[in-house]
Amino acid sequence: MAYVPLADQDSEMEMHHPHSWVTKYVWSQDHKVIAIQYGGIAIAVGVVALILSLLMRMQLGFPETFDLIDPSSYYQSVTMHGMIMVVYMLTALLLGGFGNYLIPLMCGARDMVFPFLNMLSVWVYALSVIILMSSFFVSGGPTGAGWTLYPPQTTMAGTPGHDMGIVLMLLSLAVFIVAFTMGGLNYVTTVLQYRCRGLTMMRLPLTVWGIFIATILGLFAFPALLVSAIMMLFDILLGTSFFMPAVIESGTPLDHNGGSPILFQHLFWFFGHPEVYIVALPAFGLVSDVLSTHARKNIFGYRMMVWAIIAIGGLSFVVWAHHMYVSGMHPYFGFFFATTTLIIAVPTALKVYNWVLTLWEGDIRLNAPMYFAIGFIFTFIHGGLTGLFLGNVVIDLPLSDTYFVVAHFHMVMGVSPVLVIFAALYHWYPKVTGRMFHEGMAKAHFWITFLGTYAIYLPMHYLGFLGVPRRYYAMGSTDFIPESAQDLNAAITIAALIVGAAQILFFINIFWSLRNGKPSGPNPWGSASLEWQTPDTPPKHGNWGDELPTVYRWAYDYSVPGAHEDFIPQNVPESEEPTADEQHFDPDHDASKADA
Amino acid sequence: MSEAAISGSNSTLVDDWSADKQAYHVPWGKAMMWIFLVSDTFIFTCFLTGYLHVRLTTTDPWPLQSEIFALSFGGDPIPLILIAIMTFILITSSGTMALAVNFGYRRDKKKTFWFMVATAAFGASFVGMQAFEWSKLILEEGVRPWGNPFGAPQFGSVFFMITGFHGLHVTAGVIYLLTVAFKVKKGHYDKKGYEIVEIAGLYWHFVDLVWVFIFAFFYLL
Ligand code: HEM
Ligand SMILES: [Cu+2]
Repeated sequence: MAYVPLADQDSEMEMHHPHSWVTKYVWSQDHKVIAIQYGGIAIAVGVVALILSLLMRMQLGFPETFDLIDPSSYYQSVTMHGMIMVVYMLTALLLGGFGNYLIPLMCGARDMVFPFLNMLSVWVYALSVIILMSSFFVSGGPTGAGWTLYPPQTTMAGTPGHDMGIVLMLLSLAVFIVAFTMGGLNYVTTVLQYRCRGLTMMRLPLTVWGIFIATILGLFAFPALLVSAIMMLFDILLGTSFFMPAVIESGTPLDHNGGSPILFQHLFWFFGHPEVYIVALPAFGLVSDVLSTHARKNIFGYRMMVWAIIAIGGLSFVVWAHHMYVSGMHPYFGFFFATTTLIIAVPTALKVYNWVLTLWEGDIRLNAPMYFAIGFIFTFIHGGLTGLFLGNVVIDLPLSDTYFVVAHFHMVMGVSPVLVIFAALYHWYPKVTGRMFHEGMAKAHFWITFLGTYAIYLPMHYLGFLGVPRRYYAMGSTDFIPESAQDLNAAITIAALIVGAAQILFFINIFWSLRNGKPSGPNPWGSASLEWQTPDTPPKHGNWGDELPTVYRWAYDYSVPGAHEDFIPQNVPESEEPTADEQHFDPDHDASKADA
Repeated sequence: MSEAAISGSNSTLVDDWSADKQAYHVPWGKAMMWIFLVSDTFIFTCFLTGYLHVRLTTTDPWPLQSEIFALSFGGDPIPLILIAIMTFILITSSGTMALAVNFGYRRDKKKTFWFMVATAAFGASFVGMQAFEWSKLILEEGVRPWGNPFGAPQFGSVFFMITGFHGLHVTAGVIYLLTVAFKVKKGHYDKKGYEIVEIAGLYWHFVDLVWVFIFAFFYLL
């Protein structure tokens, strides 16, 4: 049988058609419904993690005031907060949520290549979340080992949740990885094989590029976490000694010997560092598209941006041991990993320059998504710069495990992706719901979140310099930490509580606007990319009506001179262009400009 | 994109690969299987590097595999004989799988079916022999995941973990092959095409290939 590319196949061939309410909204195979399910679960666990962080902050800011938190529950909160935020919230929301919603729409496809697997993915993810949450209710509570789960302390009696909690955590991670793999295979294959006519890889919006490369990173990095989870489960349940050296616990030697805790660190960070970029690359992509649309300018240096994403993705596999400078490794090792770490800064800085240059002389429209996107540039530069410092062995040694590190990673991989997520949620909200959100409320949400972020994390850098250690329940009285550090801690906590409370604005806004928002029309931002050109808003099942779109240009034809709307959608043929202009830029025509 | 850009001077590898509609001229199922296998390769690589690492760091001496994995048929023990047979069977099954793929593309349903069943049977017998090996180690030699009489406890841990993980892959493969085989027999793929046989074959060859590595790293090293 002659082989027919998917994009050319009869639309009826691979589509399933939901009939009942249950197949439409629960066991749905529609990528848009799956995206909302993924996003909803991720945001819900994110709220849990947020509440945990506020509990920790209350303890740190006002020690001995709240009986609620004892040292054990503090450790458990730190651990669950960190793990949920990184894996179950950010990864799931960016890839499962935005990836699912945007990839088929931006690729001009009707759905993912394998919708059934996609549906399984979200439900297996839900299962992993249930397993994780159940650890709050078992005896001993959730694990308190820190999100890095370093053995041997993870499994030793002094650590809260060393019996059931850690087992459930590892199990949940393994299940999450299965879910991620099922989704991830879909995202990658859809981008590679399911693009509509005319949509070359180099015409894809950067959002798709970011999610695509991040998914590949995930498919190659999560295996290391899976393997370390399996090995640690064996250590706990079968009494093997993969990670457990000979240990004496309160006088009695444990039944382990000869294992290597360092092996766990290597496996964990071989996953852990790419994980940072699994979160960052989709955010880079999303923010590029938001910036370009609201600045009414093409993204500066499109090709460079794509290659930077690829370069960052590749390099992220050879920097992992910069998290292990204090593990006693060979200095030459440290030298190697410091070098690769600093090299990664080059493509990253390039992206930052290009975002700024995209704004340069743009016809900037300060809509709420744009606020968040510009806010991201600030926080990302900030967190990126401290990263340059921490990448150097000699600077990291004294700062490791202090609040400086906490401040650094919150700026770069906590706040920055979260700002992008808000930008993207507001930006695509009209497409998903067909309604506008309340602009004023969104802007209030932005200012409190953005300024609050700085109020929380700037002082933490200073605390780190003082030597305030990370993951401590209380400072106690030490010589090197001045009394005044406590005032700073109290101020940080107040800011954190305000920021936490301000998130309610977001929820009110999206739920209120579902009913009361103005109808948005199909393309309220005047965006050129394909997802805004669907025949229906919100897009119906199958996305494109009877005929798949054909693409004639890249996704960034903004402010085209002579165009009647100042932009040209991707699916408008050259012949319908208002003027046969030379200004119009297509990287396939003119690579020299892109690299200039 | 203009015609010149497609056929012109700049038709580099990148342009070719990034052409519209699809990057590889294969059905999506095949592309997806390839990507999955690369991801799975990372899992096995992590297992094997983890094994090498604990073997280097453990404090006790590593047991002599050739003696543990010896089997005697009445006379003197022959080192590694069972593993050699198992490896031979698995490699043979790759051959029958390749034949099945070939007959699939020729739309010879009957032969495709039987070669797939044969492949699955080889796979099942591999798993059976593995079960035999495990039970011998556990019951007769006293090897446990947490310790063994021969030396480093990590020996048993790694052995059961890695061969077990591979055995699960083989078992899954047997089920997968049989499912596809029976669908082939029923004519399920007459309209869709027989690429699925090749896709299942990819998985199967991968599992065989991984075994070769496990064999080399575990039994020979
Ligand atoms: C209002 C927002 C947030 C607040 C107030 C907050 C607060 C905190 C606090 C107090 C800690 C514990 C520090 C310690 O004792 O060592 C912590 C740890 C952590 N947070 Fe956040 N956080 C927030 C958002 C996020 C986000 C969005 C992420 C996503 C990446 C994140 C990731 C982490 C990680 C990975 C840890 C380390 C956990 C560990 O040490 O095991 N946080 N956060
Ligand atoms: Cu890192």
